[in-house]
Amino acid sequence: MSTATKTPTVPDSRTTSKGARLLGDRRLPVLVTATLFLAMYIAGLSRYTNYGFGEPQVFLNLFIDNGYLLVAAVGATFVILSGGIDLSVGSVIGFTTMLTAWLVEKQGLPILVVIPIALGVGAFGGFLMGYVIHNFEIQPFIVTLAGLFLFRGLCLVISKESISIGDASVSSMAQAQASLGVGFLSVGAIVSLVVLAVAFYVLHYTRFGRRVYAIGGNEQSAMLMGLPQGGTKIAVYTVSGFCSALAGLLFTLYIQSGDPLHATGMELDAIAAVVIGGTLLTGGSGYILGTLFGVLVLGLIKSIIQFEGTLSSWWTKIATGVLLCAFILIQRAMTTRKKT
Amino acid sequence: MAEPLPVLEMTGIVKEFPGVRALSGVDFRLFPGEIHALMGENGAGKSTLIKVLTGVYSLDGGTVTLDGKAVRIGSPLQAQQAGISTVYQEVNLCPNLSVAENIFIGREPTRAGRIQWKRMRKEAAELVDRLGLDIDVTAPLSSYPLAVQQLVAIVRSVGTGDSDGAGAGTKVLVLDEPTSSLDRDEVLELFRLMRQLRDEGVAILFVSHFLDQIYEICDRMTVLRNGALVGEHLVSELDQVGLIHLMIGKAMDQLEELHEHQLHADVGEALLHADGLGRTGGIAPFDLEIKKGEVVGLAGLLGSGRTELARLLFGADQPDSGKVTIGGKQVSMSAPNDAISAGVAFCSENRKTEGLVPDLTVRENIILALQAARGWTRPIPAAQRDELVAKYIKALDIRPANPEARVGQLSGGNQQKVLLARWLITQPKLLILDEPTRGIDVGAKAEIQKLVVSLSEEGMSVLYIAAELEEVLRLSHTIGVLRDRKLVAQIANGPEITPTRILETIASGEHQ
Amino acid sequence: MTTTPRWRALTQHHLFWPVAVLVFLLLINVPFTPDFFSIKMTDGHLYGSLVSIVLFGSPLILVAVGMTLVIATGGIDLSVGAVVAITGALTCSYISDQADQSALSAVLLAMGIGLVAAVVCGLWNGFLVARMGIQPIIATLIIMVAGRGVAQLITDGQIITINSEPYKLIGGGYWLTLPFSIFVVAAVVAVTVALTRRTALGLLVESVGGNAEASRLVGIRSRRIKIMVYVFCALCAGIAGLMISSNTSAADGNNAGLWIELDAILAVVIGGTSLLGGRFSIGGTVVGALVIQTLTTTIYTIGVPTQTNLVFKAAVVIVVCLLQSPKFRAKVFGAKFGSGSGAKGGGKPSATPADTAPTTAAAPKMEVS
Repeated sequence: MSTATKTPTVPDSRTTSKGARLLGDRRLPVLVTATLFLAMYIAGLSRYTNYGFGEPQVFLNLFIDNGYLLVAAVGATFVILSGGIDLSVGSVIGFTTMLTAWLVEKQGLPILVVIPIALGVGAFGGFLMGYVIHNFEIQPFIVTLAGLFLFRGLCLVISKESISIGDASVSSMAQAQASLGVGFLSVGAIVSLVVLAVAFYVLHYTRFGRRVYAIGGNEQSAMLMGLPQGGTKIAVYTVSGFCSALAGLLFTLYIQSGDPLHATGMELDAIAAVVIGGTLLTGGSGYILGTLFGVLVLGLIKSIIQFEGTLSSWWTKIATGVLLCAFILIQRAMTTRKKT
Repeated sequence: MAEPLPVLEMTGIVKEFPGVRALSGVDFRLFPGEIHALMGENGAGKSTLIKVLTGVYSLDGGTVTLDGKAVRIGSPLQAQQAGISTVYQEVNLCPNLSVAENIFIGREPTRAGRIQWKRMRKEAAELVDRLGLDIDVTAPLSSYPLAVQQLVAIVRSVGTGDSDGAGAGTKVLVLDEPTSSLDRDEVLELFRLMRQLRDEGVAILFVSHFLDQIYEICDRMTVLRNGALVGEHLVSELDQVGLIHLMIGKAMDQLEELHEHQLHADVGEALLHADGLGRTGGIAPFDLEIKKGEVVGLAGLLGSGRTELARLLFGADQPDSGKVTIGGKQVSMSAPNDAISAGVAFCSENRKTEGLVPDLTVRENIILALQAARGWTRPIPAAQRDELVAKYIKALDIRPANPEARVGQLSGGNQQKVLLARWLITQPKLLILDEPTRGIDVGAKAEIQKLVVSLSEEGMSVLYIAAELEEVLRLSHTIGVLRDRKLVAQIANGPEITPTRILETIASGEHQ
Repeated sequence: MTTTPRWRALTQHHLFWPVAVLVFLLLINVPFTPDFFSIKMTDGHLYGSLVSIVLFGSPLILVAVGMTLVIATGGIDLSVGAVVAITGALTCSYISDQADQSALSAVLLAMGIGLVAAVVCGLWNGFLVARMGIQPIIATLIIMVAGRGVAQLITDGQIITINSEPYKLIGGGYWLTLPFSIFVVAAVVAVTVALTRRTALGLLVESVGGNAEASRLVGIRSRRIKIMVYVFCALCAGIAGLMISSNTSAADGNNAGLWIELDAILAVVIGGTSLLGGRFSIGGTVVGALVIQTLTTTIYTIGVPTQTNLVFKAAVVIVVCLLQSPKFRAKVFGAKFGSGSGAKGGGKPSATPADTAPTTAAAPKMEVS
C-alpha cells in the first residue's frame, strides 16, 4: 500500500544532459587516468617496440621502480580524502632512510628490529601532527610544513653524510624476487601492492574508511551526524606517517643507502599522483585505484623519457605539472557543476 | 479525548550567554503523534531552545525529561542516542556519499569489522520504500536536489537505532526551517512524509516562517518571545491575527500610543522602479516604486522575504526575472557594483559577516565604500579623509570617537553607525537599511530613526526594514507588506493605518 | 600590574614580538662572538655579521614581501621558488649566449626577459585563483611542480655559469660601501609600502582578506586585486631570482630558491600577518625574514652543528603557530585571556564550554572557493 502513495522525487537529475551527467560521475577522473595510462602505454609500444618496450618486465618495472611512491601516495590519499594535506611525506621518507641506515650500519641492529622502530617513529610523527591539527585548529598545511622541516632536520642531525648499507640481510631482501612467469617483482613492489589492497579494503569496507570520506565531504555535517571527526583526523595523519615511513623503508631497500637529501620534494610527487588519480584536493571524493593509476602514469612518463633517450629528465616535471593542471581544471568543472 | 503523556517535557529551561539571557525559564512539551510548531521572532529564543534540545548547547538551568525520565543531553550524539533527531535547513549530510551511506553512516551494518554493503543498501532501500519515497539509494546524495536531500536527512534520523540496537529509535524529530527553499510540490512531499511519521507516533517539532504551512500541517504550537514562553495553543484555536499578536508582543493599545506621524510631505518624483523583479527560492516577482525623499518601510515576519527583496534591489543576489530602473536608466543588477554606481547603498542585517571588516579600524571601515568606488589608484587624500571621518563620527556620535579603534571591539550600536557612516559618505540616492536597529540599545535605536527622518527630509530615499511594526509605521511614507515570500500589499501611510491593520494584512495576505 | 602605560603600548605594538625575537637572537651571538655587532671597513666595503645577515637574507625578504600581500588577501603562493629558478635560468642563459657578457644593454634586456617570465607566472596564478576560483594552494601547486622542470629545460639541465660584471652587481656587488642587494631590497620594500599605503591598495587588500563577502557588498573588485597581488608576488620572486643567480654567477634550475616559499611563508607568519588574511605588515615581514636569516647565522656562530638549523626552524614554526592559535591560547592561558572576553561568571569554569561553541562554528575551514 505504500507503493500507491509513492511519488517520483527526482525531477531534475533525469533531465540533465548526458555530458553533464558524465561530468557528475565521480568515477570519471579515474577512468580518464586509466585511459591516459593505456594510451601512453600503447603509444610507447608502437614507438619503442624495437627497444623492448613490449617486454612484460618493462611493465612490472613500473611497480618495482615506483613501489615506494605508491605507498607514499596511498598515505597521501587518506589525508587528501579527509580534506587535509601532508607536506611532510618526503621528509619522513628521507628520515626513515637515514634512521634505517644508521641503526643497521652504525648501531648494528638487525633489520627485523629496525623495521618496526622506523614504522613506529613515522606513525608517531604523523600522530603528533594530526593531534596538533585537530586540537589547536591550525591549518594542516602549516603543521605538516613544520613536520617537513623537523624530519629533514633530524636527517641531518643523524648524519650529514650519506650512509650506504652493506648489511647482508638487507641486500638479500633487496634482491629477493618473486617470479611471475613472464617476469618478476621485487619485495618492495609486492609490499606496495599489499598496502594498496589493504588501503582499498580499509577505505571501502570499514567504518573508519567511510568516516574519512565523510569528513572530507563536509566536516561540519560529519560532526553533527555524530561521527568522531577528531579521532578520524588524527588517525588519517597517523596512517600517512606510517605509509611515509614504510615508503622510506622501501626506498632504502631500493637504493640501499640512507641520505639526508633522499626523497626531497617527494610529497609533491605523491600529491600529484593522488590528484592525477582523480582525488579531489578539497577532499571527500576519489578512489585508491585512481592513486595507483596516478603513480603508474608518473612512472610511465619516466620510462618513456628513458626510452626516448634524447628527452631529459626535467620533462617529467613539466609533464607532471601539465597533467596536474589538466586534472585540477577537470575537478573544477566537476565541482562547479555540482554546486548549481 | 484523554491527553496522552508528553514524550518530551522541558521545564524551566535557562540558557545564558555572556551579557544575554537567551532563555529565561521556558517550559515546552511535545506529545507523541503530533506536529508542533515553535513560533517566535528574532531573539525570541527559538533556535537556542532547539540547540539546547539537540545537545549543541548545554543548559544553565531547568530539566528535560524524555518518556518521563530525566535526561542530560550533552552533545548531538547523545541527543541522537536518546531518540532526538534534527534536520536543519542546510542539509547536514555528506553530499559525496551515496544515499544509503548517508542514512547509515556511523552505524553501518558490519560483520567482523567489514561493512556489509549489500545488507546496508537493502535496508536503506526498504526504509526509503516504507516511507513511500522513490529514491535510488546507491546514487550519490549530491545527484539529488536539496528537497530530496532533506527527505534523506529525515530518513536518516528515522532510521537511527534501527541496526545494532545503538539507540531506541526516533521519538522526537526536530525540523528546523526545512521548507525555506523548497517549491510547492517539494513542500507537499515533505508534508506527506511528516504526516506519515506523525501517524506512526513520532513527535515532530516544526519550525517554519511560512504561516500558511504552520496552519496546514501543525496540530499545536508554542510561542516564544524575548526568551520567555508566551503560550501554548492548539492551532485550531488560535487564528493568524492572534498568533502574530503573540509573536510581536506588545499589547495593541501600547502600540497605538507609540505610533505618531511625523512624516515630511515633500516626496519627489520616482527614483527607482522594480518591474516583476524576483528570484526563485528568494522572493516572488514584485513591482515596487520608491520616490525621491520617500521612506518605504517593509513589514513582515522574519523570513517573509524582506531581506531577499532588499538584496535583489542591491544586486547582492542576482534576480532571475524582472528589471530595475533607477533615475530613468535601466540597471543590470548583476553585482553590487552596478547598484552602487547607480546610487544605491545597502546596510546588511548581518553586520559581522556581510558588513564590517572586523580587523580594520573605524576610519578604514568608514571610507571603504567610497574608496572602492574611487578605485585603488585614487586614494582619498589624508586631510579630506580625516575630515570626512571626523565629521561622521561626530554626526552619528560613534563611540569611542577614535578613528583608530578596531571596529570589531565596538558595541553593536556603534558598529551599526559605522556601517551607516560608510554609506552616507558616498551620498547615495537610495539607502537600504535591513534591520538597522536590531541588537542595539534603545538610545542608539532612537538616534538611527531620527537620522532616517532627517536624511529623507534632505531628499534621500530610504528602504527601511525592521522587525518592529511601530518602527516601520513611524518612519515610512509607504509600507510594503510581505508574507510568505511575497509582497502582498503596498499601503500609503496615514492616520488611519494602525499596527492592527498591518497585522491583519500580514495575517490574511491582503489589504482591505 | 606595575607596568606603565607606555610600556604596555610598546608591547602591544604589532612589531614588538617579532623585533624582540630578533634582538634576542642577535644578543645570543655576543657571548660567542664578542665583536658580533662591529662593522669593519675593508677596501671601501663594509663587512660584519649584521651586514652579511641582511645580504644573505635579501632574496628571502624580497619573496616574503610579495608573499605578504598574497597572504593578506587570504591566499598563498607556493610557486615562488619555481619562479626564482625560472627567472634566474632565463636571464643567465640569455647572458651566456651573448658575445660580450658584460654589455650593459644585453644584461638589462636579459633581466627584462626574466622578469617578464615571472610576471607571466603571476598572471597565470592570478587567473586560476581569481577567474577560475581554484583554491590558491592548489592553483599555485601547478607552477611549483612544473616550474622547476621549465627552469631545467631552459638551462638544459646544466648549471649555467656566466661572467658578467654588470650582472654581478645585483647580488654580489657593492655600492656606496654597502652590498648592492641591500639597496635593491630597500627599494622594493619602499615601493611596496608606497604602493600599499600611499594608494588605497593596502586597504582594499586587507578588506578582501578580512571579509570577502563584506568586500563584495561594498563594491570592491576583488578579482582585479587578487590578480595584481599574485603578479606582484611573482615579480618580487623574479627579482630575488636575479639576485640569487647574480650572487653565484650561475643559474641552477634545480636548487635555486629551493624551499624559499616555505621560508617566505614562515617569515610572513612571524611578522604577524595572519594566514587567514586581513591585516598585513610589510615591516613585520622584513623583521620575520631577518629572524630566519639570523637564526641560521646564530646556529652557525654558536657552534651548534649547522644541520640542526631545520630542527630549530620547525620549532619556530610550531611555537609561532601555537601562539597564534586561539584554541591553544584558550587551553594554555585560558584563565588569563578568557577573563577579558567578558566571562562575568566570576571564574566559573562552566562558562567556558558554552563560550567555545560559537568559536568552533566560526573557525576557518578549508573549502572550495
